Amino acid sequence: MAARILKNITSASTRTVGSRFYSGEIKKCTIIPGDGIGPEISAAVQKIFAAANVPIEWESVDVTPVKGPDGKFGIPQAAIDSVNRNKIGLKGPLMTPVGKGHRSLNLALRKEFNLYANVRPCRSLEGYKTLYDHVDVVTIRENTEGEYSGIEHEIVDGVVQSIKLITEDASRRVAEFAFQYTKDNGRHKVTAVHKANIMRMSDGLFLRCCREMAEKYPDVKFEEKYLDTVCLNMVQDPTQYDVLVMPNLYGDILSDMCAGLVGGLGLTPSGNIGLNGALFESVHGTAPDIAGKDLANPTALLLSAVMMLRYMNLNQYASKIENACFETIKEAKYLTGDLGGKAKCSEFTNEICEKIAASS
Amino acid sequence: MSLLARNFSKILVQATQTAGVRSLHSSLPSLNETGISERPDTRITCTLIPGDGVGPELVYSVQEVFKAASIPVDFESYFFSEVNPTLSAPLDDVAKSISKNRVCLKGILATPDYSHTGELQTLNMKLRNSLDLYANVVHVKSLPGVKRRHEDIDCVIIREQTEGEYSALEHESVKGVVECLKIVTAKKSQRIAKFAFDYATKNNRKKVTAVHKANIMKLGDGLFLRSCEEMAKLYPKIEFERMIVDNCTMQMVSKPQQFDVMVTPNLYGNIVDNLASGLVGGAGVVAGASYSANCVVFEPGARHTYSEAVGKNVANPTAMLLCSAKLLRHVNLPQYGDMIRNAIEQVLKDGKIRTKDIGGQNSTQEFTYAVINNLKMPSRV
Repeated sequence: MAARILKNITSASTRTVGSRFYSGEIKKCTIIPGDGIGPEISAAVQKIFAAANVPIEWESVDVTPVKGPDGKFGIPQAAIDSVNRNKIGLKGPLMTPVGKGHRSLNLALRKEFNLYANVRPCRSLEGYKTLYDHVDVVTIRENTEGEYSGIEHEIVDGVVQSIKLITEDASRRVAEFAFQYTKDNGRHKVTAVHKANIMRMSDGLFLRCCREMAEKYPDVKFEEKYLDTVCLNMVQDPTQYDVLVMPNLYGDILSDMCAGLVGGLGLTPSGNIGLNGALFESVHGTAPDIAGKDLANPTALLLSAVMMLRYMNLNQYASKIENACFETIKEAKYLTGDLGGKAKCSEFTNEICEKIAASS
Repeated sequence: MSLLARNFSKILVQATQTAGVRSLHSSLPSLNETGISERPDTRITCTLIPGDGVGPELVYSVQEVFKAASIPVDFESYFFSEVNPTLSAPLDDVAKSISKNRVCLKGILATPDYSHTGELQTLNMKLRNSLDLYANVVHVKSLPGVKRRHEDIDCVIIREQTEGEYSALEHESVKGVVECLKIVTAKKSQRIAKFAFDYATKNNRKKVTAVHKANIMKLGDGLFLRSCEEMAKLYPKIEFERMIVDNCTMQMVSKPQQFDVMVTPNLYGNIVDNLASGLVGGAGVVAGASYSANCVVFEPGARHTYSEAVGKNVANPTAMLLCSAKLLRHVNLPQYGDMIRNAIEQVLKDGKIRTKDIGGQNSTQEFTYAVINNLKMPSRV
């Protein structure tokens, strides 16, 4: 009975989240251009969205760390308020200065908005040939605990103990998200990636949560695989996987590896789903060497923005932009340097805009 | 007086050196002339753990080859298994045998998710800890005739395997909250770093890459990385490079040729091992070895029991045979080791006999016989 009530509550809440975006009004959306090549690629995305008449109004915020009242550097309050108000954001690459006494801004944003699941779809792009064809996997990574809990101490000199924290709540939350995502996106299989043969309690708990959730989604296929087996099989035949759900560290490693299969971080979008909103971002670096030279490839950020549109149930616009982007890459007339072409960022962007104009 | 003593000792050193050189000269030609007939008088005893899954089949294949080549190695076989505890030999006996023989050939032990006794340590961990097998070395090399996406891979992954995430220290603080401890110590980090640099020096390698995640785990992985950095200073001839583990996996699938020797903590080593094995043809073709200060355990590099193929006679014995070739080289029977290695390479190059995992239809047995048929005694080479 309690379970049924709980289920009703959760399904009701998802419905309200979904329906909130159905109304025809213009949505506000926070954009954090980021550092390095960030401003250029953000401008490119905004231009493409304008060309497609997407009903979104951008609210650009700056997240350059400011000194807070406690003397620590952190994200400016205005940026936090903006994302809290809009519940949705798009973010370019951010530079984390090493060893300057303030923690990673990415981490701060993640904490601030309780972004518990990181979603990274990796798909082979037609027109950009890598050694791996027909890759189509989605990695879903628990984002708040695990190995990255940040609890470490030196017990005696020369002996360090790091704590990997796994909780039932967080594991269940990400498992539920994975199954719901699989169902919503017409995918078929969820693979839980774990190492429960070695970490029998912690990964065992994660695995148990996935198993319990699998029972609630009988139409989604569920399998369990060891992390090492997935690594081995992924490079031999990536097509055997569909949606992968895993704890923090494994997700970090596997998502980057999958991105490597399809051509690197410049082509793979990423979304962070949280309790207080969602933040979509490109996960590549800031590439300071080509910043301001109109050479950057905006694909990752654009595809992240497309993910954002899907999250907001603006599927029609999402498909239109996505198709134009894939088409442009497939034709290979206007490719940026990282894809082996000679085009500038603006030429690539213009081509996508033209394709959008032609299709509507 | 002191001058005299110094001169005297110098003469002594020279004498031993010339003696060494002379014996080398005299032994080499005789080997070429008589070849295999010059056998060591004593036979070598080696502990054998067939392991779970297809392990026994693969070990049988090794024994067939050894028999066919009349290699002077005797096996001391122990059934050792966590999934079958009633039949398993006691850990003490196995450990004692390995420390006595100093070499061991081992299949893969299956590790179930739940231990029947409620213990957190797996049998593998117990064996490693009792023998202090701290360094796992996996040499991943593209094999001739095995077509894969990447060519010319040749890297060595050296993994610390007695601490880190595999410490089996876990507890449930309150219900639904589990803490798992990852232990990194300066002593063991330095030990593995030294092992890696020594390995690189000994095998004429150019570069050592330390794989870490010190940007997030600042203390734990930081300590590991610092130990490697300090060790690197003592080996100025070897290039040293750091790489974050997620970037490393990405580089591995796009440009694996850039890697030479890699040194990693426990879990990352497991990931990189498997990833690299996948690149060159899978778990069936990569050999590995675990070293302690005294003994060596040779086992396949990617640890999969392949339990779905038990009794089907389809598993690829290449990894196990390569392990045995390494073993022979280790016990100073290099001519036999090379003989097996050459035979395997010949079979793979011919490409007529292939097991299922590398795109063929042949059985384990057929592959083994093909290897035996290609054994060329060194005297006839």
